[in-house]
Amino acid sequence: MSDITRLTAADLAARLAAGELSSVEATRAHLERIAAVDGDVHAFLHVSDHALDVAADIDRRRAAGEQLGALAGVPLAIKDVLVTTDMPSTSGSKILEGFISPYDATVVARSRAAGLVPLGKTNMDEFAMGSSTEYSAYGPTHNPWDLERIPGGSGGGSAAAVAAFEAPLALGSDTGGSIRQPAHVTGTVGMKPTYGAVSRYGAIALASSLDQVGPVSRTVLDSALLHDVIGGHDPNDATSLEDPWPSFAAAAREGATGEVLKGLKVGVIRELPDTGFQPGVAASFRASLALLEAHGAEIVEISAPHFEYGVAAYYLILPAEASSNLAKFDSVRFGLRVDVPGGTVEDVMARSREVGFGDEVKRRIILGTYALSAGYYDAYYGSAQKVRTLIQRDFDDAFAQVDVIATPSAPTTAFRLGEKVDDPIQMYLNDVTTIPVNLAGVPGISIPSGLAEEDGLPVGIQFVAPARHDARLYRVGAALEALLVDEWGGPLLDRAPRLGGNL
Amino acid sequence: MLARIALRDDEVERLTGQLSAIVDNIAKVSEVATPDVPATSHPIPLENVFRPDVVGQMLTVEQVLQNAPDATDDRFKVTAILGEEQ
Repeated sequence: MSDITRLTAADLAARLAAGELSSVEATRAHLERIAAVDGDVHAFLHVSDHALDVAADIDRRRAAGEQLGALAGVPLAIKDVLVTTDMPSTSGSKILEGFISPYDATVVARSRAAGLVPLGKTNMDEFAMGSSTEYSAYGPTHNPWDLERIPGGSGGGSAAAVAAFEAPLALGSDTGGSIRQPAHVTGTVGMKPTYGAVSRYGAIALASSLDQVGPVSRTVLDSALLHDVIGGHDPNDATSLEDPWPSFAAAAREGATGEVLKGLKVGVIRELPDTGFQPGVAASFRASLALLEAHGAEIVEISAPHFEYGVAAYYLILPAEASSNLAKFDSVRFGLRVDVPGGTVEDVMARSREVGFGDEVKRRIILGTYALSAGYYDAYYGSAQKVRTLIQRDFDDAFAQVDVIATPSAPTTAFRLGEKVDDPIQMYLNDVTTIPVNLAGVPGISIPSGLAEEDGLPVGIQFVAPARHDARLYRVGAALEALLVDEWGGPLLDRAPRLGGNL
Repeated sequence: MLARIALRDDEVERLTGQLSAIVDNIAKVSEVATPDVPATSHPIPLENVFRPDVVGQMLTVEQVLQNAPDATDDRFKVTAILGEEQ
């Protein structure tokens, strides 16, 4: 049974459609895998108790001749930031322990309608604030490549779930790198779509002008297939784009032929110095560029002088928006309430937030209220919004010369659990190459580029395209993926250590 | 305090140190934020996002109250709004 869990979502879907395998068998194999390894990995906060019933229903409908979606019957892990009616949604926080949403997030509803089988909810940094899942109120997730190391964050649970073969697909959210940086450190694929390309309705908001929901998987094609399911306009999200979108799966399949690389202009940012990156990360990045060049791409040096201000601007804009979004956790309508004998509603509110929020959430709320307060607004929040304009202009100038921009997805490979947990500034620098992408609203994808020579841990390469050109990333990503997998003689994850003692 | 979070003394001490280090680091935005640069609040500007003025799928009172810490008579219940000195 265990080989079922090693199939890609695309292969699994093909076997389901051909009747070689039932959704119940596929779902049971993944539930057994979770039971075997999740005690070590801790990717899941909640495992569904009725996934097999959902799978059986898909099998029945297929047997009755119903036309089902391309991914019908394929299991799916869901980041706990996305609300679900049949499982708790905590966003990794104690303040929402046991919360059951009265409605499904749009991406969850669309996944269900497409016949995907929700397996459970995945771990994350509290309210998606963090780069290691160590800020989860429910304990960290462990990297399947080395259980002593972080799986990235905030979506470390979703990335670890697919890396540990506990699910073929997962949903994530990315505010400053929370899909792409976990992909980088776990040897998986993660895509942050164009802002507005995927509905945020039912995604517990962190920073509304930066948040974007996207797919997490082991292959580029699998992410594209899931993106096809969840994308498109949603009237329940006022920032949702009305653009028609092409088939991303078709783009990934076309990209895998490698034709797209002929004459493709790949921008490399002059100001991102190799010295800021771990040598093995920089070496893997350079090797990928050489491979692209050998297959017809042209590497063009571009300038993005304001990227170095990205992290600073982000840590003003994000806390400002988060402090406002998290004001709703006031102990009145939902969430934790701590009794204060004889206290007013304000005392109860302050005490509930003290007990219910972790350190990182408190830091960012306090920072946000400070940055927005009278007298500081212009100097901090106002200036950060100007930096946002400058970064957008850097991207515009770059995309006048190149088709995509390539960067390493993060500066280092997976660090050890506990190494940076009390050093917020070092933690924030994990997202130095992913943050500008969110600030500008453009799409970005991280795919595995290899292992770092000094520690044997996975490294990712990020591609960035202009807004609305998400399909280009699937083309280019699939092209490089095909070349690399060919060079490696198999997927990178084949080299990850076996977990839980089973095959 | 604006954040509405009660803090213990040891938390105040720890967070104060961390927050001043963070503020020192992020203050660099003012180096390039000159008066001629317009601010961007939203990455992809949209205008006039309306929906048809019809009743949509609404939650029932029961659904709205299902996660309430305390409720009575179809309403959220809270402790006193005003303290004695107010």
